[in-house]
Amino acid sequence: MSVERTYKEINARIKAGKAVVLTVEEVIDRVREKGLARTAREVDVVTTGTFSPMCSSGVFLNFGHTRPRIRISKAWLNGVPAYAGIAAVDAFLGATELPEGDPANSDYPGEFRYGGGHVIEDLVARRPVRLKAISYGTDCYPRREVETNITLDEINEAILFNPRNCYQNYNCAVNLSDRTIYTYMGILKPRLENAHYSTAGQLSPLLKDPGFKTIGIGTRIFLGGGTGYVVWNGTQHFPGALKDENGRELCGAGGTLAVLGDLKQMEARWLVGTSFRGYGATLTVGVGVPIPILNEEVLEYAAKPDEELYAPVVDYSDCYPNARPGNLGIVSYAQLKSGQIRVMGKDVPAAPLSSYSRAREIASILKTWIEKGDFLLGEPSQLLPGPEARLCGKFLNVK
Amino acid sequence: MAPEKIVLRFGAEKADKPLIYRLVKDYDLIINIIKASINPHKEGTMVVELTGERSREGIEFLRSQGITVHPLTQEIARNDERCTRCGACTVHCPTSALYMERPSMDVKFNSDECIVCLSCVKVCPVKAMEVRI
Repeated sequence: MSVERTYKEINARIKAGKAVVLTVEEVIDRVREKGLARTAREVDVVTTGTFSPMCSSGVFLNFGHTRPRIRISKAWLNGVPAYAGIAAVDAFLGATELPEGDPANSDYPGEFRYGGGHVIEDLVARRPVRLKAISYGTDCYPRREVETNITLDEINEAILFNPRNCYQNYNCAVNLSDRTIYTYMGILKPRLENAHYSTAGQLSPLLKDPGFKTIGIGTRIFLGGGTGYVVWNGTQHFPGALKDENGRELCGAGGTLAVLGDLKQMEARWLVGTSFRGYGATLTVGVGVPIPILNEEVLEYAAKPDEELYAPVVDYSDCYPNARPGNLGIVSYAQLKSGQIRVMGKDVPAAPLSSYSRAREIASILKTWIEKGDFLLGEPSQLLPGPEARLCGKFLNVK
Repeated sequence: MAPEKIVLRFGAEKADKPLIYRLVKDYDLIINIIKASINPHKEGTMVVELTGERSREGIEFLRSQGITVHPLTQEIARNDERCTRCGACTVHCPTSALYMERPSMDVKFNSDECIVCLSCVKVCPVKAMEVRI
């Protein structure tokens, strides 16, 4: 008989310390050994993980009021501008923001030594951060400027809010041109000399729930070393399937998550300021999503190994920047992880931007949290749109 | 005999001396210059591989000439706390001093193989590869 479980039943087992929780790597082995049906009966939760550079990360900060009060118009944290058009002493700092006066790419390829992502890392590492703010002054907020050091524990709130994280799948980037190019996928050498890819493959959360049958608003997750939540679908959430040249569906693609959590709970090990030469600054974020094994179908996808998950190979010298459709073929994550793929008849060395070993550590930490009974599954109040919603991206027409 | 990689640092007064010639001629050493630079003040840095029976004597000669000599392994270090083990460096390292261990997908650094080309320093997204002088 096929198994059906509810969140309530799984959470009752977690509270009783009886839940069977496996990481993706463990469940893949279990399914190979015992088969899908038996494993589905035995396993309650499968944990995933990913640790990758994720732009569209940022933090809402409430600094607390000064005496006399200030209504901040503009704010800088370690010289990096934060958006202060929210309320008197609130600001949002984005991971890709650069310090004012940064040479950026004026001396190409720029180094991008420091940006918003690095400020977030400094905050979470409990290093003091220099806050400078100015105002035009009002009767109720007379102060016109402030400059001081803040630390994460001294300010009121710090909420990590990442509007687009955890991309379901991603391109494997190559360069067909004759010159080295500097991209958000790293440094790509000319004439197909290297390839970079950016998901944890079989460990990657959204590849394990391609139909969005379990992930939704309220899903409790591992975020930056603390507890976070899926709060919406991410921006550019266009879930669908990656297809081969014959139109056969291979695996999920296009989904994203908007996630939120209390920065004060997090650790610098899981939020790391990141720079890509010639491109810019960002933040590397650790995310782990538990997949409740509600039935055999959910397990079937959760247990897909690297051999059955694929990425498209895309030319970043022409195709990507000019937004031309098409790719140079499809490669499996097993091939990518072997360190060599074949593209246009050439053997190309491949390297990840996403840390597989840290992704494994996240899946394992999340497993421990659940086993200990510290972490209950959040039952989504609404599932995220899946492929059936047929969401697709719009191009911005320049009129 | 395995080549010995060393870093030489010399002041302006030594920049015009034919030191490499002396190593070859007097000590019968094979020299492979990996990197050499002289700044506008004529202070120089050179990274060389020495091969030959008399490399110890050659190094002593350099020191006697007022050149600082130290092994190359001190030059590039990985900050293990900072390194996220992503592996982006592994396709850029020309000698595979940085390599991906499989199947664990852990990223290893074998400093003996490092030739201080600095590719990893440019490529590393979290600036975990450090030049130690």
